[in-house]
Amino acid sequence: MYEMLSSFAQTGGMIYFVLLFAGVLAYALWPRNQEKFDAAARMPLSDKEPNDD
Amino acid sequence: MGLMNKHVVLERHSLLLTICILIVVSIGGIIQMVPLMYMDNTIERVDGMRPYTPLELAGRDIYVREGCYVCHSQMVRPLRDEVERYGHYSLAAESMYDHPFQWGSKRTGPDLARVGGKYSAEWQVDHLKDPRSVVPESVMPPYAFLADKTLKFDGIKDRLKTERLVGVPYTDEMIENAKVHLVAQADPDNLGYDDVDGLVEAYTAASGREGTVEARDYDGDPTRITEMDALVAYLQMTGTLVDFSTYEAGDLKNRR
Amino acid sequence: MANVIARGRSDTSTVLMVGALLGVFMILALLMAAGAKDTGMAVQAWTFIGLAGAFLVGMSMWAGQLLGRNPFDQSEYENAIVKWGVAASMFWGIAGLLVGVVIALQLTFPHFMYFPEWGFTNFGRLRPLHTSAVIFAFGGNVLLATSFYVVQRTCRARLAGGMWPWFVFWGYQIFIVLAATGYLLGITQSKEYAEPEWYVDWWLTLVWVAYLLVFLGTIWKRKEPHIYVANWFYLSFIVTIAMLHIVNNLSVPVSFTGSKSVQVFSGVQDAMTQWWYGHNAVGFFLTTGFLAIMYYFIPKRVNRPVYSYRLSIVHFWSLIFIYIWAGPHHLHYTALPQWAQTLGMTFSVMLWMPSWGGMINGVMTLSGAWDKLRTDPVVRMMVVSLAFYGMSTFEGPLMSVRAVNSLSHYTEWGIGHVHSGALGWVGYISFGALYCLVPWLWKKKALFSKSLVEWHFWVSTIGILFYMISMWFAGITEGLMWRAYNEFGFLEYSFVETVDAKHISYMIRALGGLLYFSGACLMAYNLVRTVLGHGEAESFDTIDPKYARPHQPVLQPAE
Repeated sequence: MYEMLSSFAQTGGMIYFVLLFAGVLAYALWPRNQEKFDAAARMPLSDKEPNDD
Repeated sequence: MGLMNKHVVLERHSLLLTICILIVVSIGGIIQMVPLMYMDNTIERVDGMRPYTPLELAGRDIYVREGCYVCHSQMVRPLRDEVERYGHYSLAAESMYDHPFQWGSKRTGPDLARVGGKYSAEWQVDHLKDPRSVVPESVMPPYAFLADKTLKFDGIKDRLKTERLVGVPYTDEMIENAKVHLVAQADPDNLGYDDVDGLVEAYTAASGREGTVEARDYDGDPTRITEMDALVAYLQMTGTLVDFSTYEAGDLKNRR
Repeated sequence: MANVIARGRSDTSTVLMVGALLGVFMILALLMAAGAKDTGMAVQAWTFIGLAGAFLVGMSMWAGQLLGRNPFDQSEYENAIVKWGVAASMFWGIAGLLVGVVIALQLTFPHFMYFPEWGFTNFGRLRPLHTSAVIFAFGGNVLLATSFYVVQRTCRARLAGGMWPWFVFWGYQIFIVLAATGYLLGITQSKEYAEPEWYVDWWLTLVWVAYLLVFLGTIWKRKEPHIYVANWFYLSFIVTIAMLHIVNNLSVPVSFTGSKSVQVFSGVQDAMTQWWYGHNAVGFFLTTGFLAIMYYFIPKRVNRPVYSYRLSIVHFWSLIFIYIWAGPHHLHYTALPQWAQTLGMTFSVMLWMPSWGGMINGVMTLSGAWDKLRTDPVVRMMVVSLAFYGMSTFEGPLMSVRAVNSLSHYTEWGIGHVHSGALGWVGYISFGALYCLVPWLWKKKALFSKSLVEWHFWVSTIGILFYMISMWFAGITEGLMWRAYNEFGFLEYSFVETVDAKHISYMIRALGGLLYFSGACLMAYNLVRTVLGHGEAESFDTIDPKYARPHQPVLQPAE
């Protein structure tokens, strides 16, 4: 059991990481998302109060 | 495309985001730590390991209380200089009864994994009371107060019971006689030899090796049992349970 | 509880709920004090009763003055709690740094504050006090204050939960006092950066769950469609710390009226759990939390959006994924199985990339506004913090390589590494945020004195350099001395010779720490005078408070 689990730890981790990284990269670079990101990036610069529109 | 829209969902729903974060950060830990929980089956069972006697356990609690782990490691690495300086490198099995472990992370002072028996009990007491009286360059704090404080051990039975609850193999007899054993180890002259024999017998049986239990007045004050007694009893047994005499690396002439 | 926190209209009932909760815990503490098995437990229980009682009385007096007015007006931000958080950060920061100077002096002059008759101020008890005070008391309060500030602005919603944020704030201060006084009494479970005993762990868990719900509750109320990236970082900090805290502190109390507990794990398993915790306390407390500060305060201060929002997304996921694996590099050459050590090392080296990605993202936010480095010492402080972050996240992967680690582990090099991150990165980004927050919150045009900020910056920077260089030197020296052989093939030096060799380095380190501490004192003075409206800190009284923050034309990035 120990052998099996420890060998999985050494291989599965890498595969898991590569998949996750590819997914995140695809999302971050997806052209359609550009507009949304630009809007989000400006959020800290607004000085609005809770009730402002 | 559908996948990408789903990420928008994630970004807009904080609970989903929270769950995703939790998944990402927990998997790494699970994959790394779970195999270790199965290690007991594969680790070589070494002869000599036994649970701490009540006095040693009380001493270890003082070691923890005073934060000794902040400056002293208890983990000899398998590197030539360390093996020659401190003795045989530490085995995983040697800390199997350590709840929690005391490997430490810094050596402002030397490693203590094998300090047991390296110095006499008298030296340990002098050194703890005033480190610079025996090692002039030392930067260790003084612990003279330990010799003035009577050891409180009313709760020692519960203490052993809790250890057993987390897996340390104390027998019913050990728990029942915890107080008697504690007194017998620190103050053997004031008790019947039966009690000392009982202590030695119980813990030798657990160890499977002769000579792992020492009973004496550790602090040179036979009138009472002090915290100094307990701490020195603990220090004098650390790293002595496993018999490494067949290993050449631990040869005394190479140690400093 | 979650529903109550999310809904604004039942906010005033939260006052009663917090009061009732405090009452219940005071009764529990009373029972523990009455049956206390050890003096430490009794002192801790009475301390809790005193502090929780003071909170309860204070809250009742405040509620009594309301006269039907709604204290949780949803059209305004909750600023008072951020102000308290700023004050608490500054107070604990000074206290923690002072203890640091004391223990540095103890290693240099081993008579300083040592009393053979009692051990309250011995190094072994003061070091946990120092680490907890700077990490959890100073760092924790900075994170509480800034996260409460940032989440409200980026969600355009008042803090959720009415009284609950105040429970989080004061509950956290009670945690700090219990932990700190416990260390002095010798109450510790000896797990580094997780020393407090079981009952303090339980209390912190409760406070932390409330913190998570307040934070999430505010995000649920938001008027902006997206969750700004700083909030992702804060959220990962809160969630992951909860997980780490609970798993690493699994223990069985010897008695429910005694301070002592026994860890569930032992030996190798406990070591792995501890350093999974220890390393990720650095990763998620001292890194992601403070990166959240970077992602809000740097863009805000220089009035430009973050350099690349895309990079920030990649930065976030890869950082939190990789960090969690890196713990075993603390256990090289130990009895931990080697595959686990190698895994930890691999991920530690990979960690370099997201760390530098984040650093670049922060620094490049200034592109087009580089002159601010010269004109605004607060901006300079935050940018230099990123330089230190880049440096220590390069040094860290280097030290995690087994061959380097065999030399650096157990030595002062590790202490130097930690402090370049702690003093340079965490300290400076926090100071930057506090320098921003005080004029914003107290509605002043500027800080009391800009030149005092300059002084603070230079005094502490010299202090950090003294600290780092002396510890590099001491660490490498002792590491090499430990493994030195003479011509006969015997070890060249006894251990105590290596201790003696560090004396001068210890003196320089203590001086460095003293300089850093002096810088923080200058800062505290500057902030107090700012709040009082002295010097350049003219008040905005006559102007609409919403324009209190400096307005500048927004420039497009990358010009």
